[in-house]
Amino acid sequence: MAQHDDPSYAADELYAAREPIHPKGIRGRFRRFKNAVLLIAYGVFFLLPWVRWERLTGPDQAVMFDIPSRRYYLFDLVIHPQDMFLLAGFLILAAWLLFFVTGLVGRAFCGYFCFQTLWTDTFMKVEALVQGDRNKRMRLEKQPWNAEKITKKGITIAIWTAIAFWTGFTFTAYWADAPQLFVDFFTLDAAKAAYITTGILTVTTLIAAGFAREQVCIYMCPYARFQSVMFDKETLLVSYDAKRGEGESGRKPLKQGLMTLDERHGQGVGDCIDCKLCVQVCPTGIDIRDGLQLECISCGLCIDACDQIMTKRGWPTGLIRYASEQELETGEKPNLLKFRTIGYGIATLAATALLLYGIFARAPADISVQQVRQPLFTVLASGDIQNNYNVKINNKLQERLDFTLALEGLPDAKVSVVGDFEGLSVPADGSRKYLVHVRAPRDAEVDRRKIEFVLTEENGRIEPLEHDATFVFR
Amino acid sequence: MSQPENKQGQVETTGHVWDGDLREYNNPLPRWWLWAFYITIIFSVVYWILYPAWPYGDTYTKGINTVEYTVEGENGEEKTVTEHWNTRALFTKNMQSSPSALAQQEWVNKVKDMSFEEIEQDPDTLQFAMSVGHGTFGDYCAACHGAGGQGKIGLFPNLADNAWLYGNSYETIVSKIDGGINGMMPAQNVPEDKIDDLAKYVLSLSGNAEISGEAASRGKQAFATCAGCHGQNGEGNEAMGAPNLTDAIWDVADVPGCGGDTACQVDEIKHVVNNGIERQMPGFGDRLTETQMRMLAIYVRQMGGN
Repeated sequence: MAQHDDPSYAADELYAAREPIHPKGIRGRFRRFKNAVLLIAYGVFFLLPWVRWERLTGPDQAVMFDIPSRRYYLFDLVIHPQDMFLLAGFLILAAWLLFFVTGLVGRAFCGYFCFQTLWTDTFMKVEALVQGDRNKRMRLEKQPWNAEKITKKGITIAIWTAIAFWTGFTFTAYWADAPQLFVDFFTLDAAKAAYITTGILTVTTLIAAGFAREQVCIYMCPYARFQSVMFDKETLLVSYDAKRGEGESGRKPLKQGLMTLDERHGQGVGDCIDCKLCVQVCPTGIDIRDGLQLECISCGLCIDACDQIMTKRGWPTGLIRYASEQELETGEKPNLLKFRTIGYGIATLAATALLLYGIFARAPADISVQQVRQPLFTVLASGDIQNNYNVKINNKLQERLDFTLALEGLPDAKVSVVGDFEGLSVPADGSRKYLVHVRAPRDAEVDRRKIEFVLTEENGRIEPLEHDATFVFR
Repeated sequence: MSQPENKQGQVETTGHVWDGDLREYNNPLPRWWLWAFYITIIFSVVYWILYPAWPYGDTYTKGINTVEYTVEGENGEEKTVTEHWNTRALFTKNMQSSPSALAQQEWVNKVKDMSFEEIEQDPDTLQFAMSVGHGTFGDYCAACHGAGGQGKIGLFPNLADNAWLYGNSYETIVSKIDGGINGMMPAQNVPEDKIDDLAKYVLSLSGNAEISGEAASRGKQAFATCAGCHGQNGEGNEAMGAPNLTDAIWDVADVPGCGGDTACQVDEIKHVVNNGIERQMPGFGDRLTETQMRMLAIYVRQMGGN
């Protein structure tokens, strides 16, 4: 049981309410980079479902995850259920890439690419637009609930909801024909699942990006907990150069006699003027000068803030910067070609190569042959033996395939397809099951014999498909 | 006597003291837990109102939730039945109106209007008919004929061979499923001195035994009684359902089970000749629809390789 030193602590205050954080807007390199990533990510996410793509069979949507027909369409790549291992490959690749990047530059994913970061960022922009920057927002927060506060908060939440809804709807649009869904959705004609998905995503987006924000990163995100195992002394992290900032007698605000670097250094005072701008701009509300923390998502906004102040004073920038632990201690630049990075790099490349190989080496068609087991064999009027086989052919191509069926390993056998089909045709991007009867003269010497079905495409569009089976005599 | 205490700066304890100084913290549950508890109570009350819940006497509270489905009335018109919510009614409803049920209905309607030839020529329709037929076979036929139609020698015919006692046209198969079959061979009281020869003669028809000279002519003579149904040469008669005795298929007398032992084979045949056979298949016309029987016929006919 934790010891509580705070005298005001009482049993009914076990759970502290969240202190709202109102980060200040800032301009700078990392802000620009974040904006660029946000723009690209939003561009891809919100526009992709609307891109059209002509297909012979299947939907004319560039990216569509079609659950009812069990196909994932990604431009010219069509993922069938039996290609699902590609998804596993993709996830492995994503994991290795994440480890690689984290080993190199820390939580770059958290700071720039994570959905939580992107959407929170957008929602904060909306907040700033409606309610003004940090000071105004803090004042508004303290105000009683008057008309101004209700209006401003109301407009903010309304815009948030609109963005959250469009986020949810866009996600849903990946799983259906987007324009059709748009019409159906608003004429209340869409599938129940579409409303449920959109609804859940609207609510969760609103809560996560609007209200929970950094709490998601701090309390909910598992990545925050294990990221540090991927760090080492040479990993680049957003760091405060304590040696430079604190000097020998700590940080001091600007005042008479401590205005220039020479004056400060002369008195053993560090370069940090304790303006607290780095704290004010932090979206998780931490003080980077306290060192590496779980809450730090590596967004680099404090770097922008500090650089701005340093530039204004005409002092060298980089008091807060991307630096490795080793660099801060010894001044040694990190060695980028360290064992860990190379290892993750090779793993990432290998995963990429395997994934690409997996994509290009997918079989254009496959067969499965299953012997009918009840009964295993039948004696016919002539004394011949009959075995039955279910032959299922999957065609993943966008064109029809016509096969001729041949049997190897049983020279006297007669093969017939139920329905008396001469050729076995399989529609484009579809599958068909044929029942095949095989008859052979009784052979008292053997119990069973290995046979092989060979399906040859009549127009030679693909390699012949082969499948082993067993013929049972008795 | 325990007394909760809450001195400033201390966490509240339960007031119990053990061994002079051991105390237990009194930490209340989180507020959200309490609310979750209240919500479960509200949920259960709503549930009792909507769904069947409390037993009383020999019945139970039905709840106000209902399920609607249609049934076919006695004079053929459809009527809507509204029942209190229960899984059986829900199942009926789903079988009528779920997307997969509707998709299946669409296929059934398609098959309904097609001739057997048309069905055979379209792989997808054939696949559907076979798969429905397979299911129907499992429900209605497999109990006797076996899951794969392999039958049981002496009792239930093997449907997986290519001998069709009553003919293999689709129409015949449907009519037999519809009306049932009475398979009957009367017991023949063949005198003791002739039956051995008769049985050997029957075996020789399908090449299972060699028989020569006098015995052959005695057997042939005795077979005259059988020829009425099985035909002069023993090749059977589809009109009467009399099996062809010259083929390799044995459906009643377990000749293959003897493993080539002629005495055993003769005994098997003697037994059938002297005791006759009576096999009955009930008609399924009142349990299956016309379309179901047609799809079943397609499935059954292919089993024999036709």
